[in-house]
Amino acid sequence: MSLTKTERAIIVSMWGKISTQADAIGTETLERLFLSHPQTKTYFPHFDLHAGSAQLRAHGSKVVAAVGDAVKSIDNIAGALARLSELHAYILRVDPVNFKLLSHCLLVTVAARFPADFTAEAHAAWDKFLSVVSSVLTEKYR
Amino acid sequence: MALLGERKRKDLSFLQFTRLLVVYPWTQRFFDNFGNLSSASAIMGNPKVKAHGKKVLTSLGEAIKNMDDLKGTFAHLSELHCDRLHVDPENFKLLGNELVIVLAKYFGKEFTPQVQAAWQKMVAGVSIALAHKYH
Repeated sequence: MSLTKTERAIIVSMWGKISTQADAIGTETLERLFLSHPQTKTYFPHFDLHAGSAQLRAHGSKVVAAVGDAVKSIDNIAGALARLSELHAYILRVDPVNFKLLSHCLLVTVAARFPADFTAEAHAAWDKFLSVVSSVLTEKYR
Repeated sequence: MALLGERKRKDLSFLQFTRLLVVYPWTQRFFDNFGNLSSASAIMGNPKVKAHGKKVLTSLGEAIKNMDDLKGTFAHLSELHCDRLHVDPENFKLLGNELVIVLAKYFGKEFTPQVQAAWQKMVAGVSIALAHKYH
């Protein structure tokens, strides 16, 4: 699965807007993830996951920053996320099913904050892009 | 589940089943006789798709009225989707998540993480109910 020129253009242009609220989006995405899919909290026993927690905010920022790195290197996502890919494969070992859940919650957050931009084409492009990101992050698992 | 009460009062008619066919094009496999599905705009304007979307929404409305017995409410539809329509239940999950995203788009800030969580439970329940009679 690879992104078409049009899809890349949509993502890059929307990222311009999204990045202005990056930290808030990261935090909100994680809040949504932990509330809708509580089993994902099992990966964070060492975190304070209450709304407004500094750890939640910091981690949300990290996640969105990584998505941003993928956008900035949209022609070479595997290269941009190589280190994160190894981290997830050898250290974090988050079950692959969870990448879909996180992607979904990110889409919900973006849809809620940028409704006019979130057309069907934009939705399709983002869903595909996050699929590619998820694939890259799990490609070294075995 | 009390949060869902809010949603009952909203007019669901703007929700689009059509988006499923755009975002997950392989779902078009069930709609060969729907005519032109060749592009996003063709899909969004296709009258058969819109009509089917209305049917789906009506069913979801029934689900909201019968939240305590989803399996009973969807028993007949479950048999239909298995025996006649041959729809992989994975598609119910796709539609459920796509519905959640459309709700987020239309309700924006109101679609808080808590409201989303209630809806995720709802669509999960509907998916399970629709798959319940599969054999």
